Amino acid sequence: MKTLKIEELSKNFGTTEVLRKINLDIDEGNFLVLLGPSGCGKSTLLNIIAGLETINEGNVFIDDYNVSKVEPKDRNIAMVFQSYALYPSMNVRENMIFGLKQAKTSKEKIEEQLEKVSKFLQVDQLLERKPSQLSGGQRQRVAIGRALVREPRIFLFDEPLSNLDAKLRVEMRREIKKLHQQLKTTVVYVTHDQTEAMSLGTNIAIMNHGVIQQNDTPEKIYNKPSNTFVADFIGSPSMNLIKGNLKENSEKISFIASGSNLEIPIKDYDFKDKANLSNKEVFFGIRPEHIFFKKFNQTDFEITLRADLSEYIGHEQIMTFDFANQELLAKFPSTIKIDLAKETTLYFDLTQTSLFDAKTEERI
Amino acid sequence: MQDNIYSSYKQLEQKSKYTNMFLRWFLYFVLILFASYFIFPLYVMIVTSLKTMEEIRQGTLLTWPSALNFDSWAVAWGGRGYGAGDTFLKPYFWNSIKMVVPAVFFSTFIGAMAGYVLTKWRFKGDKWVFLFLLFGCFIPYQAILLPMARTLGVLGISNSVIGLVLVHTVYGIPFTTLFFRNFYVSIPTELVKAARIDGAGFFKIFFKILLPISAPIIVVTVIWQFTQIWNDFLFGSTFSFGEAAPIQVALNNMVLSSTSVKEYNVDMASAIIAGIPTLIVYVLAGKYFIRGLTSGAVKG
Repeated sequence: MKTLKIEELSKNFGTTEVLRKINLDIDEGNFLVLLGPSGCGKSTLLNIIAGLETINEGNVFIDDYNVSKVEPKDRNIAMVFQSYALYPSMNVRENMIFGLKQAKTSKEKIEEQLEKVSKFLQVDQLLERKPSQLSGGQRQRVAIGRALVREPRIFLFDEPLSNLDAKLRVEMRREIKKLHQQLKTTVVYVTHDQTEAMSLGTNIAIMNHGVIQQNDTPEKIYNKPSNTFVADFIGSPSMNLIKGNLKENSEKISFIASGSNLEIPIKDYDFKDKANLSNKEVFFGIRPEHIFFKKFNQTDFEITLRADLSEYIGHEQIMTFDFANQELLAKFPSTIKIDLAKETTLYFDLTQTSLFDAKTEERI
Repeated sequence: MQDNIYSSYKQLEQKSKYTNMFLRWFLYFVLILFASYFIFPLYVMIVTSLKTMEEIRQGTLLTWPSALNFDSWAVAWGGRGYGAGDTFLKPYFWNSIKMVVPAVFFSTFIGAMAGYVLTKWRFKGDKWVFLFLLFGCFIPYQAILLPMARTLGVLGISNSVIGLVLVHTVYGIPFTTLFFRNFYVSIPTELVKAARIDGAGFFKIFFKILLPISAPIIVVTVIWQFTQIWNDFLFGSTFSFGEAAPIQVALNNMVLSSTSVKEYNVDMASAIIAGIPTLIVYVLAGKYFIRGLTSGAVKG
């Protein structure tokens, strides 16, 4: 039994297609992050799960029950919003118990729940305050509390940390992670921040133009992106994608960048399909953090490139190199000194590379 | 060299000090001039209302009354006590109150509901509905006098306070809707979504969540509607006469129909009485008017 299952879901606003044939499911207790650039349909998808948007095609199941036409309040879900959406005229107590009161819960049960949750979230001192008298972090906590008292099957978070400042965001991120570890409730979490997605999710679904590009664990998403969009979207700076061709020579496959003669051997790469690889036009993908200034592994590939640009950002520096007239970014500790406009010897970690078909942009 | 520069700075400083002083005094002079020009008619009204007819004939507009004499106010409000032809404001004042209170209440309430629906419960064609409502703000009232008179006739409420309440409610709705729509647009729709998930319905969300934070816009709307309806003369004079007329119509009749001598003092007192309620509304609610529309506690 899947806690949440989405089947062939499509949604359009007028003639604009927002979601196209979405299939998704989550097991009990998992933390699914919907990640994507703004306008990719991730918030619409969340609103559909909540029942706040109608569906054009497809179905949503919660605990194997088709809830596509069920009212939000009856879906056994709770949602935390970006703007907190605390009721301004009510104090914290009234805000938190509003839902329970609507559901005609008994007074004792309400009090019990309120006490438990407010203690747990450390807002028990703030119960008589109005939302306007709370700080951003406190408001966020009350908003989570309002969701918590209802003991839902699924928590929905819609960019809950976007309104907080950088420091508080990191703190609240940890608190949400702790919360999930303790409660083990299923979560669907929408964000455009890849750090949030990576650190919180047990699963990440990356979306673009209303289509799920890849739905996987954070490790797989990072190490084995399924297409160039995912490769480009995850990581900062994003993965280098060098255009070139594959060459097959007696069982040995190598990559030659356009406009260069250098052959980079492709060994131990897990090809999906080994046929027709020769002369295939591909993107060779390598992350900036997998390019070293020193040989670490036996398999590391040595290459000499010219350094063009250096960006110092404190704990590290991002260097831009020229690789057959294509830009190649590498990330080094800031203690390393590399001269600009000079040839430098670098080492590629060939166990961490990805190859994409240049036409379909899919992983091969 | 250095000293030279400093001394020339000092001269410049002196000079700009005098210029500033002159400009400041000039500014005050102009402001006082405009203020007195603006307040002059009010002064004449009050002073004249406190004079006897004798004093008015002998003195000038500006002369101060010899004594505080409220006789003309009493006449304006309660009449002279003889029967026919004696027009005074008291009954019409209550007519106006009976008209203004329900008309303001209904137009504000309907406007609030309409604004709520147009922003938080979007439906197909809602933009057109709003556009037509907006169009209602620009209709010249003279254009609808005849159709409205016919409508009131058919409904059987012409020449009645109820008829005027209906007219003012209907023609107030475009404005009140516009006010409330613009206010509710700035309130995050997430509030409504949160309430829906919490299980609140259409009316509960309106009364429990949105209405309690609408105080600023309610005040603005009430002031606007009260002033409009209280000061209206066109609808009042067209759709009512005699007993059912509102105060502005009565004021007009009083001033224009006096057969013998023009009693300026009574006229002035009547005009002031007719203006007092709007003044009171402004004084009581004015600070909200200035405070603006965003007292929302939704975001920090």
